[in-house]
Amino acid sequence: MLTAAAAAAATGVRVFTATSSQGLLYAMEMLYTVSGWRAPFVLVNVSRGLASPITLESDHNDLLAARDSGFLQIVCATGQEVLDSVLMAYRLGEDARVRLPVLVNLDGFTLSFTREPVELPTPEAVAQFLPAFDPENIRFRASKPVSQAVAVLGGGPYSYFRYEIHLAAEQALAVHAEVVQEFAQRFGRDYGVLECYRSDDAELVFFMIGAFATKAKDAVDRLREAGEKVGLVRPRLLRPYPAGAMRAALAGKRAIAVIDQNLSMGKGGVLHSELASVLYGDKRAPPIVASFIGGLGGRDISAEEFYEITATLKQAIASGETPPPRLLYTETELRQVRKLQAIAMVERNELGDKR
Amino acid sequence: MSDAIRRMKDLPSTHLLGTGTAMCAGCGGLITLHEIYDVLGTKTVFVNAAGCMTLLAVYPFTPFRGSWLYTAMASAPAGAQGVRDALDILIKKGRLAPEEDLTAVALTGDGAAYGMGLSATSAAIDRNLDFLYLCYDNEGYGNTGQQYSPATPHAAQTATSRGSRGYPGYKKDLFTIWAAHRPAYVATVIGAEPLDLAKKIEKAKALKGPRLILALAPCPPGWEFDPQDSIEIGRLAVKTGVWPLKEYVDGKVVHTHVPHPRLPVEKYLEKQGRFRHLFEPTRNEALLKEIQTAVDQYWAEIEHG
Ligand SMILES: Cc1ncc(C[n+]2csc(CCOP(=O)(O)OP(=O)(O)O)c2C)c(N)n1
Ligand code: SF4
Ligand SMILES: [Mg+2]
Repeated sequence: MLTAAAAAAATGVRVFTATSSQGLLYAMEMLYTVSGWRAPFVLVNVSRGLASPITLESDHNDLLAARDSGFLQIVCATGQEVLDSVLMAYRLGEDARVRLPVLVNLDGFTLSFTREPVELPTPEAVAQFLPAFDPENIRFRASKPVSQAVAVLGGGPYSYFRYEIHLAAEQALAVHAEVVQEFAQRFGRDYGVLECYRSDDAELVFFMIGAFATKAKDAVDRLREAGEKVGLVRPRLLRPYPAGAMRAALAGKRAIAVIDQNLSMGKGGVLHSELASVLYGDKRAPPIVASFIGGLGGRDISAEEFYEITATLKQAIASGETPPPRLLYTETELRQVRKLQAIAMVERNELGDKR
Repeated sequence: MSDAIRRMKDLPSTHLLGTGTAMCAGCGGLITLHEIYDVLGTKTVFVNAAGCMTLLAVYPFTPFRGSWLYTAMASAPAGAQGVRDALDILIKKGRLAPEEDLTAVALTGDGAAYGMGLSATSAAIDRNLDFLYLCYDNEGYGNTGQQYSPATPHAAQTATSRGSRGYPGYKKDLFTIWAAHRPAYVATVIGAEPLDLAKKIEKAKALKGPRLILALAPCPPGWEFDPQDSIEIGRLAVKTGVWPLKEYVDGKVVHTHVPHPRLPVEKYLEKQGRFRHLFEPTRNEALLKEIQTAVDQYWAEIEHG
């Protein structure tokens, strides 16, 4: 499916396609392959926890597996943002300075199985923002034979083409700024590379992607009411990585809680590592950048947990020590799993298997 | 190609595929590709899967006067689908002149065609994709050192079937698997029989829908023989009945050549190092008989219905 979409794009038509979690991983070989074709198209991924165990709800390990594929990545938090991002993604990927496929991500279940009001722009307005794509030299034609995606021998040409993809992805940062500005002018909705919510004067910041960030916003409001100087920074653009915007948005903060809805086994939260790598050495970087894992397989992140995270950050500031990474899990949840295990044991015994 | 190909002298005299590629001397796959390209012509886009032929086009060179797109090992038919659909859309919308149209040709080895690409192939046939699938069957993963594939014949030694009985499995019948999908056309060919091949390519070219050209591709390093014997081994594959030349069209299978009298399969096997263990140090009569019997049974069914 992904190969067909990309091959159609490489023949010179505008292409949309979509997948979800296991499907994205099944296509992983082609994600890496087709980004090098430099034929833009848009892929929507409905992110879901990956097997094993197999499950249906949201989790970001799937899109992070595609992190280094050469696709640009936008991660959305609301239905409206998904629609708007798909439109902007075409402008971003098709720009002559970029020419890369774009993955637009929305959270499984939270956004895919729920309903919310979405403002649909008129086809005319969309056509003005997103005119027909002139693929120029991206084509297969009888009169213009071309051999595409050919092999290279040796690291020299290989590195050249890989660097080209990287540099094009970096160019997408400037293009993104232009695109969101024009989108805001035309449609009145303003998207940055980051969504910063009450973070300007905040001392403590939740840093997370996806739909659960809307729960963080709610928690921020309640914590603010309780007098805590808390805010939220939600990256929308994951690739290219908006390092400069992140450094600026977090400069001078006292503590950051990176809440990763993913888990790199044996390492921890992927977003935490990435953020730490761009803050390190920056004079105005927050002294505390703590790691929390939550929301795996759609597991809820409750308001209480945001309060607990806040308390943890405040303790860290007081002691000057970064807390160890925390895997969010409650006593109740553990009890529930123990109960399932007990039931499984009873069933097994009743079936006569006393291993 | 207005005049039909009937005799050897009708075969194209100009060759379209460039020379100086990285294929081995005596490569049966390359010989077949040359012959097919001459008949198909340059209004083609070859959508390639990982295999030896991937190294035909190495930056910045290509032997193709038409177009080429490398995909990955399992997804050439999906690539052909994307190209075909896009060309159809462009023509329908008037953004592409009909004379700019191209034939999508999936070009893969047997590892892809019989093995990991089979799901994508089956799906493309289901969708009645208008494409040509060209499989050069060297009966193993040639590019990676001739490990066995689902196309490896019984008893052949490969890098992964080195024992004294060779490969324990049996060659998968891809022709029948394709035919069971009721596609537009399926044919077996071999480079050593260029007239039979050219006639079939001409026929396939005139049809629409999914079409398979399955070419046995003698492979000097993989089959262990001297490159100069490549054509001779191809001919022996036909004369011994090991490689039946046939086509499926309109729901019927027709043999385009019935070898008569058939040479013993030994004549084919003894020329290849991959079967040497059947003759040395002692003859393995049981295995030789098993192979001969399988060929005899095939032709008995063909000849006596
Ligand atoms: C998914 C995947 N697995 C393995 C490889 C490594 N590989 C490249 S070519 C090849 C052999 C392909 O065999 P076949 O299709 O018969 O083509 P041949 O090499 O014989 O021309 C393999 C295993 C790959 N490119 N992709
Ligand atoms: S290994 Fe065999 S199929 Fe591959 S290029 Fe050499 S002769 Fe041809
Ligand atoms: Mg092979």
